Amino acid sequence: MKNESKSKAKSEPANVPFAFRAYSPEQLRDVLRKMYLIRRFEEGAEDSYTRGLIHGTMHLSIGQEASALGICMPLKSDDQITSTHRGHGHCIAKGAQVDRMFAEFFGKTTGYCKGRGGSMHIADVSQGNLGANGIVAGGIPIAVGAALSAKMQKNGKVVICFFGDGANNEGAFHESLNMASIWKLPVVFVCENNGYGMSTSTARSTAVANIADRAAGYSMPGVIVDGNNFSAVAEASSAAIERARRGEGPTLIESKTYRHRGHSKSDRNRYRTKEEIDEWKELRDPIALFESELRQFGILNDAGIEEVRASVEKEIADAIQFAKDSPMPNTGAALDYVYTELPQ
Amino acid sequence: MNSAVRELTYSQAIQEAMAIALESDPRVFLMGEDIGVYGGAFQVTGDLVERFGSDRVIDMPISELGGAGLAVGAAMTGMRPIFEFQFSDFATLAMEQIVNQAAKMRFMLGGEVSVPLVMRFPAGSGTGAAAQHSQSLEAWLAHVPGLKVIQPATPHDAKGLLLAAVQDPDPVMIFEHKLLYKVKGPVPEGHYTVPIGKAEIRRMGRDATIVATSIMVQKSLKAAEILQTEGIDVEIVDLRTIRPIDRETVINSVKKTTRLLCVYEAVKTLGIGAEISAMVAESEAFDYLDAPIMRLGGADSPIPYNPELEKSVVPQVPDIVAGIRNLVQGRR
Ligand SMILES: Cc1ncc(C[n+]2csc(CCOP(=O)(O)OP(=O)(O)O)c2C)c(N)n1
Ligand SMILES: [Mg+2]
Repeated sequence: MKNESKSKAKSEPANVPFAFRAYSPEQLRDVLRKMYLIRRFEEGAEDSYTRGLIHGTMHLSIGQEASALGICMPLKSDDQITSTHRGHGHCIAKGAQVDRMFAEFFGKTTGYCKGRGGSMHIADVSQGNLGANGIVAGGIPIAVGAALSAKMQKNGKVVICFFGDGANNEGAFHESLNMASIWKLPVVFVCENNGYGMSTSTARSTAVANIADRAAGYSMPGVIVDGNNFSAVAEASSAAIERARRGEGPTLIESKTYRHRGHSKSDRNRYRTKEEIDEWKELRDPIALFESELRQFGILNDAGIEEVRASVEKEIADAIQFAKDSPMPNTGAALDYVYTELPQ
Repeated sequence: MNSAVRELTYSQAIQEAMAIALESDPRVFLMGEDIGVYGGAFQVTGDLVERFGSDRVIDMPISELGGAGLAVGAAMTGMRPIFEFQFSDFATLAMEQIVNQAAKMRFMLGGEVSVPLVMRFPAGSGTGAAAQHSQSLEAWLAHVPGLKVIQPATPHDAKGLLLAAVQDPDPVMIFEHKLLYKVKGPVPEGHYTVPIGKAEIRRMGRDATIVATSIMVQKSLKAAEILQTEGIDVEIVDLRTIRPIDRETVINSVKKTTRLLCVYEAVKTLGIGAEISAMVAESEAFDYLDAPIMRLGGADSPIPYNPELEKSVVPQVPDIVAGIRNLVQGRR
């Protein structure tokens, strides 16, 4: 794959974006499919919530799809990620199945966490996703620990650590970046800066203009990318992952993006304007941007795009049906998984 | 004196208490995450930022350890902070400042300072928010000398105890069950306090005593109605403060009814019920007991996401009914 992409790069003009040099048409088509999968998954979850089929709350990443996919694209399947409360996109981008995700949201035994975790703890450990996290910045030291583990085991794995802009003001962020840097651990810190931690804008919460500026304090590269541009994100991620794999240590990537929906189901959006939301939706939608590039570089035409959309609609409908049809856990099993079951 | 009484929700009562504190004492300020224009994750601060300004209703970054420590420092030096945790679970991030600093500062400095700090913790399960947003950690803090820990069960007490906490010279930790926020009850207008360290008998009865905390008071009242139809007359003690415990009220009640059931949502093992049980067993009430002391509390499990599992790991009304039946009928 890699050699193929190198030779391809030589034959294309330099202004062709990274992704269109590095990835095959099949891969790019699959990126679009997954972008849709994330969006439709979340719309489906939202709809099921409104109908009372899902309880609790959820944090939707609609508008941030390119970031999740761009970061995960250069990963190998056994590389690992830690995710956040806004983690559905990361989960899908790392290879999870939407039927088992819906099942989890419906609290079913077939769900990824057997109905114990729900949206905020969604994970697919088999695909290297060590889990979403209900605690802001809770996953950051865990990612660094996984990277330490990879280094000690010399298994060549790289860990992606997703977190939001709000998390950069937790002590865990600062302690973790420092340790990752002094020990040159194979981890990539990815701050998905959507402008707000709940209602608090980064301008009000954070002393530096860019989260990437924090990298200097820990002697690692700090990179800013347009988080709504798949190719730009993939390019930055690819460079950081290669650096980590070479043993040169961590990178902090700041992926600037925006969440279209409120923070959670109870947000009244009083801290931002409708104009601001509309501008991001209409002018900077990551899926629309990627589609226009796919057309521009001759990867997919309208019919091809339509085909992708239709296949996703069907996958989502089937997944919801699977979740509905799956069994509920037995309340007698409430204490399962508290501790590891030991063989008798 | 204004003594008109209205029906308010628990969260409105808390908001009113904070407004009164802000109005009447320039040292009082609120600090927390999203407590300004957002109005707080549970809308408890509501529009207070519009009324008192962002200098006194301070939105802070997501920095629980630092924020809690700032509140300790401000309290030591002449201010009266009311610090809101967005969820009580996030106290875990601030434990250093609460446990090592706030609780012990006066002691370590030989009484030269005090820490008049109030912290509010939305707690408990029942919202489908899963294991990291549903815990009841009050017993953790109640284990630390130097802290006072309260759990108001009614809108009336939520207001009166908060106003008492603001006046208190020492750190007071208030655990508010999230499912209580929408519960309505009579709340007097104006300033009043409910004493910290004093339990309240919510229902008089002859056959058994339930010592309950927080939302379990409401559930116990429902259970008592059912039990009444079976001829079992239950007394319900709302503990209200879990540190310091109102020993006298609990012991007198048990001496009268001769039976004790402790009901609380937090994990039963090593919890507040163990303390109450031991306190009674060590007291003169022991000789009056006609049945073993019983506890009903949370299962030895994190709170699951699935709604049925979630309900199954904390005491529900039928569990309380069954618990009292066993206690009363077991020895008849
Ligand atoms: C330690 C901790 N504090 C507060 C919260 C409540 N909370 C959940 S998400 C969130 C905002 C996080 O903002 P950010 O990191 O920017 O992520 P985003 O929601 O924007 O994706 C807050 C305050 C929490 N879950 N954990
Ligand atoms: Mg954010």
